Amino acid sequence: MACYLTTGKHMGFYVSFGTVLLLLAITAPLALSFGFGGAMAARSPFAPLSWLGKTYIAIVRGVPDIAFFLFFVIALDQGIEVLRHYAKCPDWPDTIRQGNDFIVCQQAKMPLGAAPQWVHETYGFMIAVFTFAIVFGAFAANVIFGAMRAVPKAQLETAEAYGMTRRQTFWRIVVPQMWVYALPGLGNLWMVLIKATPLLFLLGVEDIVYWARELGGTKTPRFTDYPHGDWRMWYFLVLLVFYLGFTRVSEIVLDRIMRRLTKGQATAAGEAQRKAAA
Amino acid sequence: MEDCIQTISDYAFRSIGFGERILPREGFTLCQQFTLIGSGMIWNVYFGVVALVTGFFLATAVAVGKASDNRIIHKLSAWFIFLFRGSPLFIQFFFAYFFFLSLKGQYAFFDPFTAAWLGALIVLFLNTSAYTGEIFYGALQSIPKGDIEAADAYGLSGWPRFRRVIWPTMLRLAWPAYTNEGIFLFHSTTLVFFSGFPAWQQRGDALYYASFFADKTFNPFVPYPILAFYFILLTLLIITIMGRIGTRLNRHLPQDAKPKFRFRPQIIR
Repeated sequence: MACYLTTGKHMGFYVSFGTVLLLLAITAPLALSFGFGGAMAARSPFAPLSWLGKTYIAIVRGVPDIAFFLFFVIALDQGIEVLRHYAKCPDWPDTIRQGNDFIVCQQAKMPLGAAPQWVHETYGFMIAVFTFAIVFGAFAANVIFGAMRAVPKAQLETAEAYGMTRRQTFWRIVVPQMWVYALPGLGNLWMVLIKATPLLFLLGVEDIVYWARELGGTKTPRFTDYPHGDWRMWYFLVLLVFYLGFTRVSEIVLDRIMRRLTKGQATAAGEAQRKAAA
Repeated sequence: MEDCIQTISDYAFRSIGFGERILPREGFTLCQQFTLIGSGMIWNVYFGVVALVTGFFLATAVAVGKASDNRIIHKLSAWFIFLFRGSPLFIQFFFAYFFFLSLKGQYAFFDPFTAAWLGALIVLFLNTSAYTGEIFYGALQSIPKGDIEAADAYGLSGWPRFRRVIWPTMLRLAWPAYTNEGIFLFHSTTLVFFSGFPAWQQRGDALYYASFFADKTFNPFVPYPILAFYFILLTLLIITIMGRIGTRLNRHLPQDAKPKFRFRPQIIR
């Protein structure tokens, strides 16, 4: 058994847990900054920019997310190749879309056909990260937009009375105070993001779902030293437990942060804390 | 136009096995894409409606269980909710599929469970029961104290009190959140055919056909917007129906005191 669990392929399985964590580590800040940008755009006084921000927020919400994932992976890939195509082969005679084919010149392929395997894998991973960031950025934008509006009006009026400009009010008053209002929503989003990571599998990355299917499948003695029946059920049970543990830990940590942040805030929870202490 | 009517009669019920067997191979027209993706919506609606209706009852039981004073019942309900809300639906589908598959190896009785129409439905049913159970539990906790005291004063207790006072109030309070849950249940039905459950004879749901076209034409900019169009229609329909029911639940209240529905996505499970 111990031998079985330490085969080379299993190392790939264990590393893929790292892939998931890496995805979370890169996507979370990226999505947060997309969200911040989206929210800033949505509350801009310049109308077209505000429409752009609001459309970005609205459009991602009415449609199943998984459709977005499947869509963006191809769309991003093709978009990048089209841009490179126009930049690198300006005098290409044919159109790119010919019936059911999508043809760009050799130099515009991304990554280049001759590139080593790891470049392809990294590129696939980066596309996946970007897709996650776009989708979750919209959700984060929605949360942050709400949080910015939740900052008490009196605070803004005071800032204006002190002669602050719009920009100063935004950066010095709104941004520092909005986090306590945004945190419950962002925390929820984090949990959702954790639960969305298995979708990496659909984006063609070799993640834990891929390996669990691969390793759990029936192995005959002809091809391996460690034959076994169909164990996929047990592999997915392990994944289930992994996710349950992960969300539980996140829940506890978020709870702690929230308690720390509400300290001394003029909200119901802050008031309750003050009373409990007294 | 003639062609399109022909296509509709060939493929409108393709997803449930009627009409033309062979999917279009080349020269994909807009009409074909609209028809087949729409045909796939039958599955999404089937999964969504059946899971929502059956899940409603289990959710009520789970919510009451979680609010119960009995420690064992409370623990069981809380664990049920945690199990299904704490893990990705995608992994639940995979696990259930392989679980049923290994059961099927031993007992032939479990044969239909490995098909999407039953196996995936069970997962969706349990999943939505857990999410809805948590919503209903929250509503149970925020029933005004006065309502229950009034019921006591009228001499109601036990089942009649639950049936006539607590349950309607719980539904009324939970309704906006429950509407959101319904919408996202429908959205998550798109995961079914991407998670182990095979699409037998290419009878899949809307997303299955959309990705089929995207793969074949290598052009994602047509099938996915069509899918989006169908889902936005479906979402509007759900909001209308649930809004009607919500109005009826609130009909005894002063008209301006109604809780307003806000579209608040639960997003991916």
